[in-house]
Amino acid sequence: MSLTTSNTPQGAAATKDNSSIIGRGNKEGNQLFRDWYQELTTAPSRGEHSAYVFVMGSLAEILQSFGIHTIFPEVNGLQTAVRHVADDYIAQGEDYGYSTDVCAYVKADVGLQLRGGDHPMGKIPKPSLAVYTNACNTYLKWAEIWERMYNMPSVTIDVPGSRADGRHTWSGHVDFENDLKYVRGQLDELITVCETVTGKKFDIDKLRETMHYTNVMMERYERLIELNKARPAPYSAVTDGTVYLGVANSLRGRAEGAKYFTDLVEEMEYKVANGLGTTFEEKYRLIFVGVPCYPIFRRFNEMFTEWGGAFVGSSYMWFASGGANTGFQFDLARPLDSLAEGLLVTTRDAMDTMFFSNRNIVDAIEPFGIDGVVYHPIKSCRTVSTGLADNRRAVIEETGAATLFVESDHMDKRVVSEAQLKNRVDAFFEGLATRRVRQGAGESK
Amino acid sequence: MQRLLDSYENISIDEAIIMCRDLVEDPDFPTVKRWRDAGGKVVGHFQVYFPEEIVDAAGLLPFKVRGAPIEPRQGESHFGSYLCSILKTSLEIALGGQVVLDMFVSHPICDSARNLAAVWGRNFDYPCEILYLPQNPNSIHAATYLRGEYARLAREVEKIAGREITTDQLRASIEVFNKNRALLRELYAIKRDTPWLLAVDEAYVLVAVGGMIQREEHNELLSWALPKIRERSATPQDRMRLVFSGGFCEQPPLDLLHTIAQFSYVVDDDLMVGMRYILDDISVGDDPLANLASAYLNQSSYSPVQHDMNKPKERMLLEQIKAANAGAAIIAGAKMCEPGLDEQVAYTKALDDEGIRYFVTEFEERMGNFDSLEIQLQTFIENILFA
Repeated sequence: MSLTTSNTPQGAAATKDNSSIIGRGNKEGNQLFRDWYQELTTAPSRGEHSAYVFVMGSLAEILQSFGIHTIFPEVNGLQTAVRHVADDYIAQGEDYGYSTDVCAYVKADVGLQLRGGDHPMGKIPKPSLAVYTNACNTYLKWAEIWERMYNMPSVTIDVPGSRADGRHTWSGHVDFENDLKYVRGQLDELITVCETVTGKKFDIDKLRETMHYTNVMMERYERLIELNKARPAPYSAVTDGTVYLGVANSLRGRAEGAKYFTDLVEEMEYKVANGLGTTFEEKYRLIFVGVPCYPIFRRFNEMFTEWGGAFVGSSYMWFASGGANTGFQFDLARPLDSLAEGLLVTTRDAMDTMFFSNRNIVDAIEPFGIDGVVYHPIKSCRTVSTGLADNRRAVIEETGAATLFVESDHMDKRVVSEAQLKNRVDAFFEGLATRRVRQGAGESK
Repeated sequence: MQRLLDSYENISIDEAIIMCRDLVEDPDFPTVKRWRDAGGKVVGHFQVYFPEEIVDAAGLLPFKVRGAPIEPRQGESHFGSYLCSILKTSLEIALGGQVVLDMFVSHPICDSARNLAAVWGRNFDYPCEILYLPQNPNSIHAATYLRGEYARLAREVEKIAGREITTDQLRASIEVFNKNRALLRELYAIKRDTPWLLAVDEAYVLVAVGGMIQREEHNELLSWALPKIRERSATPQDRMRLVFSGGFCEQPPLDLLHTIAQFSYVVDDDLMVGMRYILDDISVGDDPLANLASAYLNQSSYSPVQHDMNKPKERMLLEQIKAANAGAAIIAGAKMCEPGLDEQVAYTKALDDEGIRYFVTEFEERMGNFDSLEIQLQTFIENILFA
């Protein structure tokens, strides 16, 4: 993802020894991302199939085993916002009939489809099929649009989530087994569709290979999140994190993705070992909850970094990775059963991070040394945003944490008021500074 | 059966409908209070469909949580800005103590509704959970899964009831609900075949009141009311026959429905469709839970919140319009309702393709001024009638 962040770290100047490591993650991530878009652009000319999928439960392992490309409409959408062209796509979606009050990702994608796939990063192929979970209900409504446009196979993988906060069941429990059997059965149905679409027989060894790469990626991804407990934090969970998420989704189940995260963890471990942070002096450690404000992505981040606010954690890196943060490891000796179990557990985790995330946030405050929690609900996404005001009340009640609650959008500039955001952010940091002074005074007494 | 309604046997049908209207609009939900005052327990379930038979079989009152026409002062502070009203008012009636529940269940009908169970759970000590109705009804594994999910729900309900739900009790409840569904079909047949006898807002309150009393009592009410509706003396007028679409979750204000009824005959609709979601009798034989699950998948209506490849929603709407012999449709959407607003696009394109006229509007349960809607609707109808 081409979201440039400076490579000069806090705490030390880049030296000859570390210059090949520091900043590698962003540089290579951006390049891999561009290459991936190019690969998608040229796929039809090679007669290759593409599937429209989503970040939570992409089923990349099965699709890659058939040689089917995975295309992420959410990623296409955010790329238009970061490149400041989302408005045109959204307007086209609204002209088509979609209300100003529905998800702007959906509308931008409708605009993209109506333009024949013309996108700032390349040409998005038409889908040979669509595969989507119910992790976000809008996925289902979105897929219905493609069904009407393209009349292609459309496969729902229904993954039941947690029934209540903290009520998890595991292997051997009657309810878990009921969910698992359902998910497992749907994987078989997906495989049948892939065989029909591609004319290829399912190859379980190819599946094992893609699952192996995902295993490596998920193990490293979990480690990556853990490494940001360090002071200073080696990366921003919002800006850098978005680059990592781009690779985690686009290259899931692939050797390049596994290598990328192996190298990335090496870079971050190096930074942690050498006390290297990001590009500014870290004064306050923050958790970001919600979806980034892509229309003013850089500026939004600067509003925090100018005060020394570092995003060391982000619910976005949890749920938008499809639960890769769990570090779940597939058992390659029983690939399909394990894939079903992994899909159930990781997608459930992603959903928990949206619906019940107050628990994750409370649990992260101490180990990550959090000074404040920034809630950024967005108009477009009810999945992520509906519960955040109440979530905030619960977190404050349990921890007394300083919080900021600012609303805007991840796509639609009409809902983004930079001046108002800045006002609120400034007041938040003034409050944090006062808290710190009071805490210092209290300690000195 | 515990009687929760006031006596209606000696009043006119018009007065009985007014009684139902008052109950449906009363944010204190007096019938639920009466049930609790008598020591009964209540399971609140959010829109759209819920297998109420399971709760009924446990001797608990299934209460349909469908918001209320109130200002959500407390509810507002638990949500952000860009959300539908029904979420906020539903939570409001619980936070304000108007309705006291023993359990709350929501569904993955939309992202807001799924979040509601989490929000509710953070604010109340009683069990609050999500019933994962299948979103892949086309999978051959969906029925087995749903049977298991209903069994899980039954276990949770048994904990509240403090007793087991026997198979015979479940069968008895299914029979009560089968009768209720048959009576509601009759009610809708009256509205379709002789709409001058029953306006859309009148039919609505007669249906909606069922979500706040035991269904056995609702059956008694409907059995009493239907013959009296047929005996009404109203005569047919030259009015446009319409289908109203958009009332599957958040309910439009009664005055909005009344406004529509002044100019047209609403011969079919999706108002409170969850109560009418199962279209035929459910078998009581063998495994009642499996029969309930199968009915949801194979004997059900449609709505924007169920993704079923066998029931493309625009095709279902066209069939509904045709079956009701309607000449046009009102395609309404609750403000901020993602599934409803998404579906409006598919509906209007399908109606365009078929040359069927339609009127698009948005509503909110708390809206209070219908002048503009009245003028627009009048113009729409006149355009059709005098084109």
